[in-house]
Amino acid sequence: MYNWDFMTVVIGYEAWWLKGLLVTLAYASGTVLGGLIIGVICGMGLLANRWWLTGPIHLYVEIFRCTPVLVQIVWFFFALPIIIGIDLPAWLAAGIGLTLYMGCFATEIFRGGIISIDKGQWQASRAIGMTYLEMMRHIILPQAFRRMIPPFVNQSVIQFKNTALLYVVAVPDMMYTGYLVVADTYRPLEVYSGVAVAYFILLYPLTQWGKRLEARRDQ
Amino acid sequence: MTNSAEDPGRPKLELTDIRKNYGAVEAVRGVSLAVESGQVVAIIGPSGCGKSTLLRCINHLEEPTAGKVRLGDQEIDYSHKKGLPRGRALARFRGRFGMVFQQFDLFAHKTVLENVTIGQTVVQRKPRQEAEKVAREFLDRVGLAGMESRLPRELSGGQQQRVAMARALALSPEVLLFDEVTSALDPELVGEVLEVMQTLAREGSTMIVVTHEMAFARDVADKVIFMDQGQIEIEGSAQEVMVAPTNPRLKSFLARFHGNGGQGSP
Repeated sequence: MYNWDFMTVVIGYEAWWLKGLLVTLAYASGTVLGGLIIGVICGMGLLANRWWLTGPIHLYVEIFRCTPVLVQIVWFFFALPIIIGIDLPAWLAAGIGLTLYMGCFATEIFRGGIISIDKGQWQASRAIGMTYLEMMRHIILPQAFRRMIPPFVNQSVIQFKNTALLYVVAVPDMMYTGYLVVADTYRPLEVYSGVAVAYFILLYPLTQWGKRLEARRDQ
Repeated sequence: MTNSAEDPGRPKLELTDIRKNYGAVEAVRGVSLAVESGQVVAIIGPSGCGKSTLLRCINHLEEPTAGKVRLGDQEIDYSHKKGLPRGRALARFRGRFGMVFQQFDLFAHKTVLENVTIGQTVVQRKPRQEAEKVAREFLDRVGLAGMESRLPRELSGGQQQRVAMARALALSPEVLLFDEVTSALDPELVGEVLEVMQTLAREGSTMIVVTHEMAFARDVADKVIFMDQGQIEIEGSAQEVMVAPTNPRLKSFLARFHGNGGQGSP
């Protein structure tokens, strides 16, 4: 019978765990926010229908959508410095990778939300004399945002979990902290179970919130 | 776009040789049309004849491939692509027309009252209170007083279409464009919409009505146009075009509507 001992992996490591939690939360919120900004800009760019804008944006979206985020983080940390000749600190390389990854999905969500608005709404706005910006601001975006929220929440949940990949470049998030504590205490069962439960406690409310938004949208 | 002094002798709206191509498809093939102030023009014709496209070319919802559109003293010449109005100038030109669509296209996230005020506040920069007063007047005129705080999806098709009319009318447009506005309605709701249009016609609105309601065209229009294959085939008074047609294509088109066209106006 295994003798559970959670005290050993907590007592004396409180500061580590707290830091790990904060790093995870900071990366989750920071990369989601950064991704959102990229998504709005690139999504707008896609709608502009200029090939010199849409071409590079499509390329970006497809590259980041079709490669694993783990590969991206590792690439930004180990490969990019060779190209640009500057060593990126791990926290920055990983942050860039995760943000761009979120950004490509946010771009698709943003674009999808806008083109899902019925073409009648566009023509009616134009017919009453609105300019493009007036139409976007008063008619299209308010409706599109409502539709974007559920997919955006879902993607944010995925993004939150992806922050665990930070551990490969030794950014001290919850996962990497767990790895350090295991090395110190030789108690992987308690540590990794605890880490899993912590992620669950943080994310379960978010998924439930997403479900509620989804339900409200169906009404 | 050119500006010249308003000539009282000229028609209010004039289309000159309007063409619209989609790739190799010629949807509108050189239509010229003059509409006098206060005139009601009905455009009839088989589906795909280009009548809706023509209507959408008038207020630049579709950009004509060639031709000229003149409204009052403002003319757009589509053969000079570089001189075409863009951005705000184009939007304001459009705003001089009022348009009502087949699928109503009310702003889904806005209440009935907001649908009728938003053009006034955003496009015409009227103060909200004034805009709401105007909106209430027009909602009352189309028989929807008391519905101000409803959302479009809570209304019947006929009610939505009447809100759409109030939305267009509240901007005091110079010409009203109706694009098959009763085609998406349940038969029992068609009457209430046509009734509003009839009142508008009687009160002297300038209207261009693309329609399949033959009785309406016959009884209300000052001028009826039969379009076929992107061109005006026949143009004349309702009497000339609809009561005693001689053109074989028009005849066969009208024959399909006899049940409908034979009954009086709704």
